[in-house]
Amino acid sequence: MEHIRLPKVDNVRLLDRISPRRSRVGTLYLTATHTIFVENEAGVRNETWMLHSLVCSLEKQAATASGSSLLIHCKNFQVLNFVIPRERECHDVHLSLQRLSQPERPDELYCFSYKPNIDAEERRPEWDFLDLRADYRRMGLPNSLWKLSSVNQHYKVSDTYPADLFVPESATPPVIVGSSKFRSRGRFPTLSYYSKENHAAICRSSQPLSGFSARCLEDEQMLEAILRSNPHSDFMYVVDTRPKLNAIANRAAGKGYENEDNYSNIKFQFIGIENIHVMRNSQQKMMEVCELRSPSMSDFLEGLESSGWLKHIKAVLDAGIFISKAVAEEGVSVLVHCSDGWDRTAQVCSVACVLLDPHYRTLRGLMVLIEKDWISFGHKFSHRCNHLQGDPKEVSPVIDQFLECVWQLMEQFPCAFEFNARFLITIHSHIYSCQYGNFIGNNQRERTELGLREKTHSLWSYLWMNRADYINPLYRPDHSQTQGLLRPSTAPYCFKFWRALYNRFDRGMHPRQSVEDYLSAIQEETQQLKEQLASHKQKIAQLEQEQEWSVPQKAVPFDKSPTGWTFCNDLANTPQDYTGGFFTSSPCQPRAPITLQTEESNKTSKSILSNGSDQESGIADVSCRSPLSEDSTRDPDSDEAAYSAS
Amino acid sequence: VCVGYLDLQERLPSSVKIFVCSSLISRAWRSVSTSHALLRPCPVWIQCRSCILSFTDPLMPACGTSGVSRPLKGHYSQMKELHDRWRLSTVNRDFSVCPSYPQAVIVPKSTDDDMLEKVAKFRQGGRFPVLCYYHKKNGMVIMRSSQPLTGANRKRCREDEQLLQAVIDGSDKGYIIDTRSSQQALQARMTGGGLESKSCYSSWKRLQRQMERGKALQESLIKLVEACRDESNNMDRWLSKLENSKWLSHVQTALSTAGLLAECVERDGHSVLVHGSEGTDSTLLISTLAQLIMDPSCRTLEGFLTLLEREWVQAGHPFQQRCAHSAHSHARLQQESPVFLLLLDCVWQLWRQFPLALGFSEALLLRLATEAYASNYGTFLGNNQQERCTLGVKENTHCLFQALLRPRERDCYSNPLYEHTELAIWPSVHPQSLQLWRGFFLRWTPQTHHLEEAQEEIRNMVIEWGKLALSSCPAST
Repeated sequence: MEHIRLPKVDNVRLLDRISPRRSRVGTLYLTATHTIFVENEAGVRNETWMLHSLVCSLEKQAATASGSSLLIHCKNFQVLNFVIPRERECHDVHLSLQRLSQPERPDELYCFSYKPNIDAEERRPEWDFLDLRADYRRMGLPNSLWKLSSVNQHYKVSDTYPADLFVPESATPPVIVGSSKFRSRGRFPTLSYYSKENHAAICRSSQPLSGFSARCLEDEQMLEAILRSNPHSDFMYVVDTRPKLNAIANRAAGKGYENEDNYSNIKFQFIGIENIHVMRNSQQKMMEVCELRSPSMSDFLEGLESSGWLKHIKAVLDAGIFISKAVAEEGVSVLVHCSDGWDRTAQVCSVACVLLDPHYRTLRGLMVLIEKDWISFGHKFSHRCNHLQGDPKEVSPVIDQFLECVWQLMEQFPCAFEFNARFLITIHSHIYSCQYGNFIGNNQRERTELGLREKTHSLWSYLWMNRADYINPLYRPDHSQTQGLLRPSTAPYCFKFWRALYNRFDRGMHPRQSVEDYLSAIQEETQQLKEQLASHKQKIAQLEQEQEWSVPQKAVPFDKSPTGWTFCNDLANTPQDYTGGFFTSSPCQPRAPITLQTEESNKTSKSILSNGSDQESGIADVSCRSPLSEDSTRDPDSDEAAYSAS
Repeated sequence: VCVGYLDLQERLPSSVKIFVCSSLISRAWRSVSTSHALLRPCPVWIQCRSCILSFTDPLMPACGTSGVSRPLKGHYSQMKELHDRWRLSTVNRDFSVCPSYPQAVIVPKSTDDDMLEKVAKFRQGGRFPVLCYYHKKNGMVIMRSSQPLTGANRKRCREDEQLLQAVIDGSDKGYIIDTRSSQQALQARMTGGGLESKSCYSSWKRLQRQMERGKALQESLIKLVEACRDESNNMDRWLSKLENSKWLSHVQTALSTAGLLAECVERDGHSVLVHGSEGTDSTLLISTLAQLIMDPSCRTLEGFLTLLEREWVQAGHPFQQRCAHSAHSHARLQQESPVFLLLLDCVWQLWRQFPLALGFSEALLLRLATEAYASNYGTFLGNNQQERCTLGVKENTHCLFQALLRPRERDCYSNPLYEHTELAIWPSVHPQSLQLWRGFFLRWTPQTHHLEEAQEEIRNMVIEWGKLALSSCPAST
């Protein structure tokens, strides 16, 4: 609280990004966790919430006659442009937000103060909701080929790896430790995914410290052990996800890549995915294009092209496809690494898993996958997402790219995923929001030290509780698209710009009607009707039986004479008995569940990201509960497209 | 009958009509060639026969016997609110006043046929201003015409001015949306065309909105189809080719001009006259789109087909000249231009943005795109109503639009999610909101299969739901 220089500013204008002439006037409140803009308009309570941990950059622009402008970019791609009447106030707000949005110590993070209405006893099962060992059991592990190794207990061998790791049965602790000394940050080759059907595995590590000529016997033995864990295969792939040039440059620093001559029966392969700095710049460029005020089609497409973003997405997906095909079609094991083995390696392994295993295309499966390949294997969330004041060069949208790859696949296979795009976008927001403890810290060791399980809440159980919002109505576990290996096309025209994420807050750009919501409503109603029908049938059978007993002279049990039918139907279809309050539709007309989201219905839209907390909460009581920086109502004029501007 | 066909043969282009859409030209070619036997020595003749003589279906009414294909009279007689101020004129009954107009048109009541004849002389191709849409909510209208023939010495035509004045009688002003840039419009004076000057049409405000047409549009399509066939697997090259084709820019311009037109009528509450130069291409494009945006009755399957019949077939879009070759012709015909395709693409964009508001499916748009280029039906034959009369299209061919409304077709071409709404559907024209029409341009790639499966899934879900809803309702059993 000591960082808030000014808790309240009146007469602030919030400019509309697309048409700046349309702006809203209101009061700006600064709280410990959120900035809230409340529109001054009688009757309608229109609030815009912005979580401080989502603030990415603050720009104070030169003062004009109408006031000083403060431009705020958020990590969830929201852009807010406030005009504050007095320069002094703007300055204070700027400084306060600067401090509030850049916590210096972990305990200042939002997750430690976020208190949803959940008892302490309920928190424990929250964290036990996902169990990685259960996922390994699902893969059929441990078995005679792979064992759970305790070598990294207390993070002694690699401080960025999890405690529980699967290694080949034949890998002894000395081999593991020896191999880890030959790998960056001690990240030795370990199992990421195992295919029960053909014993092929995806393993991951960091780069070897091979320099120009160094060798390590244990490392060679380790790879040999991995190869031998796949009895049907006489070679394995080693995939370096870096561009060859980068890998060669690393040799000069005593790092590098495996020499095919030193390792028996490996096939070495480069897959050129660019490094975190290239990705960061690429996303920045793309976001500049997204934020152009009224770009022409050519401006947009040229900008998209020169950002290179889709090219990078394609590279990640291409790599994932290579690995998934090696495993599923060739039955060959793969070792994947990049430099440290926590960025590109995480991307590529998890994309390959999504392609390989239908389980990872379910709601729970995707959560487990992120928990496994990203959280437990030490993707540096704190650094990459800039949770704490830190080195801007460490920031990179690596996880964004993974989520986008999944989205691109969903666009190609609309029936293959149990979850919808809203699920991905919600996960994306919370990776950056720091509201839940899942993505805090850079690795398991740090998370344990911070006591996150005891002090914070888990996103996964929140998502699971609200899973109805995240279900793809087109998903069928038995659909042909759902089965086995996904074989997506990576022709350039298959890659689309993900408007729903990058222009998420520009409501005017999105389709005004949602097929998905409509189908979900239909699905729910279909389910209800089915149950109703079943109960009717049961009742009919019951009545027929009763009839049989009470009217013994009717010997035929299932009398199909007209009177019999009329009798049954009369009873079965008496509205007050069976349909009372059940369906709201007019009898013969199937009711259409969703109405057009324009003008009239805009005002009652529901907040996509509401986090289960009380939406009615007043401003006085906001420190612990909040809808995640979301417009709580829509701009009533938002459907007006600005044709005259073009 | 045969004379008619010989006549038609001369009018048809000498090479084969090919429908091509995407990367797999060979597949498209095969499908067309097998169904139409185009590889015979005299392809055009064969095609004419196949589309007119050999295609007989006893269940099918001939062209022109039903409501869909006689929209104008029906349109007028249904719209009682029109009758006060508008009348159905048959000044063009023998096509002498305007060869590209239908026999009956709707004009202001106060304008008699003599005046219309004079106005026709002042408008290119005789296309005098006629009513094409009446907005019931506020009584405002959309008129369309061709450019006025003011020429270099700024000729005037009192009757033309009076006609337009009669359109906005009782209102303070009207808008003229000219689909050319100001410079193009001024230049048109040199060749006898021109624009409505402020001094002569003082109550009309002109809005110039340049839309690409003709050759430029055709080249754009060729480039896009070429880009879709690119197999270099290079993202940068794909995006730059897509950008370079400018096709999506044309989609954007068409939708935003139509949006402007609808805004003038619906929000600003004024009548609008739309024209470019000939009034047979971009004019029809934006008037059609504006009607879809504003008028819910155009958004049903029947409504949309009626709209196409009225605004494209009857209004004289020269299908035969524009849709002769599609993208793969080496013969650079001056008249070839994919305006109709652009319309279908824009309608698809609307469908993407309002998936519940249109009563027809993507499959319908794909079917129409195919039929416009190669068809068993007579609907898109010829360039205008006059030609179709001469050819006896009505008597000798079947009507596509009727065929699309048969029960089996209707199941396939209707949108299972359709939900009537009275509201206008304002499309977003941000580049982020517009997409390449994959279903059409990448039609022959395997990926579209998964999307078709999804559509199938949607249809099944709705059918199951509908059945259950009906079966559990007491009144039905």
